[in-house]
Amino acid sequence: MNKQSNTYTIIYAVVLVLIVGVVLSVVYQALRPQQEENIANDTKRQILAAALITPKDGESVAELYSSHIEASYIVNSKGEKVDGATDPFDVNMALEVKKPADERELPVFECKTESGLKYIVPVYGAGLWGPIWGYIAMDSNGDTIYGAYFAHQGETPGLGAEIEKPAFQDQFEGKNIFAPDGAFQSVKVVKNGQEPSEGAYVHAISGGTITSQGVQKMLENSLSPYTAYFKRLESQTTEK
Amino acid sequence: MNLKKTFLPLFNPLSKDNPVIVQVLGICSALAVTAKMEPALVMTISVTAVLALANVVISLLRNTIPSSIRIIVQLVVVAALVVVVDQVLKAWNYEISKALSVFIGLIITNCIIMGRLEAFALNNRPWPSFLDGIGNGLGYGIILIIVSFFRELFGSGTLFGCQIFPESWYEAGYMNNGMMILPPMALIVVACIIWAHRSINKDLQE
Repeated sequence: MNKQSNTYTIIYAVVLVLIVGVVLSVVYQALRPQQEENIANDTKRQILAAALITPKDGESVAELYSSHIEASYIVNSKGEKVDGATDPFDVNMALEVKKPADERELPVFECKTESGLKYIVPVYGAGLWGPIWGYIAMDSNGDTIYGAYFAHQGETPGLGAEIEKPAFQDQFEGKNIFAPDGAFQSVKVVKNGQEPSEGAYVHAISGGTITSQGVQKMLENSLSPYTAYFKRLESQTTEK
Repeated sequence: MNLKKTFLPLFNPLSKDNPVIVQVLGICSALAVTAKMEPALVMTISVTAVLALANVVISLLRNTIPSSIRIIVQLVVVAALVVVVDQVLKAWNYEISKALSVFIGLIITNCIIMGRLEAFALNNRPWPSFLDGIGNGLGYGIILIIVSFFRELFGSGTLFGCQIFPESWYEAGYMNNGMMILPPMALIVVACIIWAHRSINKDLQE
């Protein structure tokens, strides 16, 4: 057969691509369960990180998660639990944050820690180059931040990427997201020397201005729909 | 008598014909994944596996490939192997696959791979091609490991994540060199290796 003919070339290309396609789909199907478990474990690690729980060497994240996370559910913007909604673990935050606040599904993870029950909520926003996200653990008074975890897809190393470092995240501990008069104020991310006279703030990352502003917007946008829910937590704790 | 000749494709790329410091191929990934030793090691294994397998596959097909689409055929084979490596890493070592992120996918565009397929696998039998793939993969890896050794040691004070410099040094005023973490330092380290290598092998000097 003439190897330079068009027919040979076309048949050759088609057969090659078909074989490669079959091989790749077999590999994908065979490895998928393990990959999904890895991704789920990574998410669990991030949720626990917000409540300042990190797995020690050799400790299984899945076990740690099931021993600490006591309940997880979806609330709406009125602070009521929604029955029959999506599993909070599977909520796609990238889609949720684009919806108006009163249509969102708002996941809450209740986490048992040494210093009492914490309420972990996810946050999601945009940095300079791509998405940034994280988890915020709230004290049971619904006002004070117990811990924060941030991650990013592709922020600049050494600049914006510093949001995933403890030096930035630890600043959030103990900040109040409500003003003394009860209005939602979030936490501002500000440059040195531009601290607001009132309200909670943390220091931005030098050289990472856009990412820092992204964190501030992300917190505002993602936490404000929880206002009613957090207020409800606050009234529960004062009753007790 | 022919033993030396048989294994020439395996040993030559380790020094005299090294893909990174002599042929100057694959520099971009050598800069990107060498801030820490562990990703560098995984990258070495991945590139070696892809290169050896791609060499064998192309060598087996070499008499059937229509010359008008031979580059495309090479690309399809390499891309398929790279996707397999990426999927395997995601399943078995998720942390590393996150650290290497796009660089695994970019193995496809690593010049070493297409270069060896064109220059060697298309004209040689599978066994020498396999050795050539392993040799070039390791030749690439040696440089990666050397570069990442210096970058991790002086940039983070660790090796494979274990602390090397004692705490007392830091208290005495020693500081990690932040510049080592950034890509430009990799280029400088590679240049230093080339310098040392050519001083030893005078026949490589132009």
